[in-house]
Amino acid sequence: MRTIDLAVTPLRELNSELHRQSDGTNEAEWEILNPRGQHAVAVGVDAPIKVAVRGPVGYYGGGMNKKATITIHGSAGPGVAENMMSGSVVVKGDASQYAGATGRGGLLVIEGNAASRCGISMKGIDIVVRGNIGHMSAFMAQSGHLVVLGDAGDALGDSIYEAKLFVRGSVKSLGADCIEKEMRPEHHTQLATLLDKAGIKDVKTSEFKRYGSARKLYNFNIDNADAY
Amino acid sequence: MTYHNPPTTPRKSATLDDYTMSEIRRAAATGIYDIRGGGAKRKVPHFDDLLFLGASMSRYPLEGYREKCGTSVVLGTRFAKKPIELKTPITIAGMSFGSLSAQAKEALGRGATIAGTSTTTGDGGMTPEERGQSKTLVYQYLPSRYGMNPDDLRKADCIEVVVGQGAKPGGGGMLLGQKISDRVAEMRTLPKGIDQRSACRHPDWTGPDDLEIKILELREITDWEKPIYIKIGGARPYYDVALSVKAGADVIVLDGMQGGTAATQEVFIEHVGQPTLACIRPAVQALQDLGMHRKVQLIVSGGIRNGADVAKALALGADAVAIGSAALVALGDNDPALEEEYNKLGTTAGAYDDWHEGRCPAGITTQDPELAMRLDPVRAGRRLANYLKVMTLEVQTIARACGHNHVHNLEPEDLCALTIEAAAMARVPLAGTNWIPGFGGGGF
Repeated sequence: MRTIDLAVTPLRELNSELHRQSDGTNEAEWEILNPRGQHAVAVGVDAPIKVAVRGPVGYYGGGMNKKATITIHGSAGPGVAENMMSGSVVVKGDASQYAGATGRGGLLVIEGNAASRCGISMKGIDIVVRGNIGHMSAFMAQSGHLVVLGDAGDALGDSIYEAKLFVRGSVKSLGADCIEKEMRPEHHTQLATLLDKAGIKDVKTSEFKRYGSARKLYNFNIDNADAY
Repeated sequence: MTYHNPPTTPRKSATLDDYTMSEIRRAAATGIYDIRGGGAKRKVPHFDDLLFLGASMSRYPLEGYREKCGTSVVLGTRFAKKPIELKTPITIAGMSFGSLSAQAKEALGRGATIAGTSTTTGDGGMTPEERGQSKTLVYQYLPSRYGMNPDDLRKADCIEVVVGQGAKPGGGGMLLGQKISDRVAEMRTLPKGIDQRSACRHPDWTGPDDLEIKILELREITDWEKPIYIKIGGARPYYDVALSVKAGADVIVLDGMQGGTAATQEVFIEHVGQPTLACIRPAVQALQDLGMHRKVQLIVSGGIRNGADVAKALALGADAVAIGSAALVALGDNDPALEEEYNKLGTTAGAYDDWHEGRCPAGITTQDPELAMRLDPVRAGRRLANYLKVMTLEVQTIARACGHNHVHNLEPEDLCALTIEAAAMARVPLAGTNWIPGFGGGGF
């Protein structure tokens, strides 16, 4: 295992070392000590390595991750795992706003709560949040899944496209063009798979409701102007 | 003798003119605002309102075909490990695949490469055609993040964080259903045929303090190699430029209201943002006040059409310019040879601006495969290269006449203004006087 202590090693050196890793690397396990809320920790990784971050990170932790399995043993600042392509990012604590923003693939698991705009503009990423999420989450969400075991704040799924949202608790309000939808058998299967991937075994898929696009705002109609 | 009351000559209102009334009727009939492409069409103070003084007794000129006059420009010297060097200070502005056909994007890349300059992606991501044909490619990082991925970021030569554009400062992108073809839909992860409205703000940062951190992330991901641009619309250029410097830009792209767009509301294009001429001096002033003029390079765009415009922008303090609409004209947009087809669309060559409808007879602003096939990327690219070379020669002509051995040595003292408005905006004297409105002086 490679250990890098950010108390003594500059961030540039850490990311540069991580970028040197490729598919067949022998250095498959990494530990990052003392992140102390630094921004852009372990960003742009493109190799199937495991990275354990021992402490809280600032903005964009694990940003644009490809292939790597990154675990943050602490809380994460804004934009954790933003634009993730593949692999996974697990946040053991809470996550600030824009968690998983624009993510195109991979799995983001937040074991605590996520603040506002979780999954904003998501494009294929799967996000599982054990706690609650804040307002305007899944805003303009295009594709992928957002699973919330707790409650969702105001305007969930505003202007949503084809992403699927599963919420176990209450939803304070739904955003424009977002509606509750029937949980059909295939959705139970999808949700069960996501929960399994996130290592969550203590809830049942029957406890969730599904939300998605009413698809009424896909083409502009002046009589829908009040919805905007 | 009998007097007849002479009839009153019919008089149309200057307020409710023909165009205004036709817009009222159109709005009443359709219930939707007018959407179109291009930039502001109204007449605003512009580079035509400035003149170069030329050399005479107090300065001596350089020989037109003998003495060197450099045109190269290096962009991204502040932080990037790999700044780019261009042979000409005229670059190609960001335009998306989606708004433009793949053939048009390829032609832009080819033309820019022959002329030794850069071209830029747009909302919708990078296509292999444009990367393949562009020696120097700037990758736009936009609020929508359509097609955005770290592989393309690394393939790019520069990254341009788009905060705004001159046609619509404060507005997001728009691509209507007619142009969301299978390929465009796939690149943007959207259902085919929907009206796509891109966000006007970035999803994961707000304000210059956040942007500084976002730029740190982009630099870390690309190992501090690429120059990072920030593109702003002509809103509050002094403060916007100062904050862009603070946020860590290597290069600032400043786009005035004549800058084009693929599609936006007419009311937005014509009524929001400042003319390009009014934006340059406050922007340069901000750079000078921060001691960053020439260290953070300034690219000006919005209504650049010829070498004179380029020379004037450089004289006012820009390091380079970008062209968009003019480049499309060079490719063949609005060509009178297509007049019959423009007539069928209810318009005329030179006025066609319904780019969002995707029916461009020139094969440029369309996703219709048959129309797009009309544009030969090799031939159109050559035309663009010719146009870029002509403009570069024109800038050299003016620079030599003003006694400069590099186009960057052009300066405000080389200029005078034809109108009081232009004198105030460009902060150069009204012709025949030493009066710069707002800056004291007077007499002769």
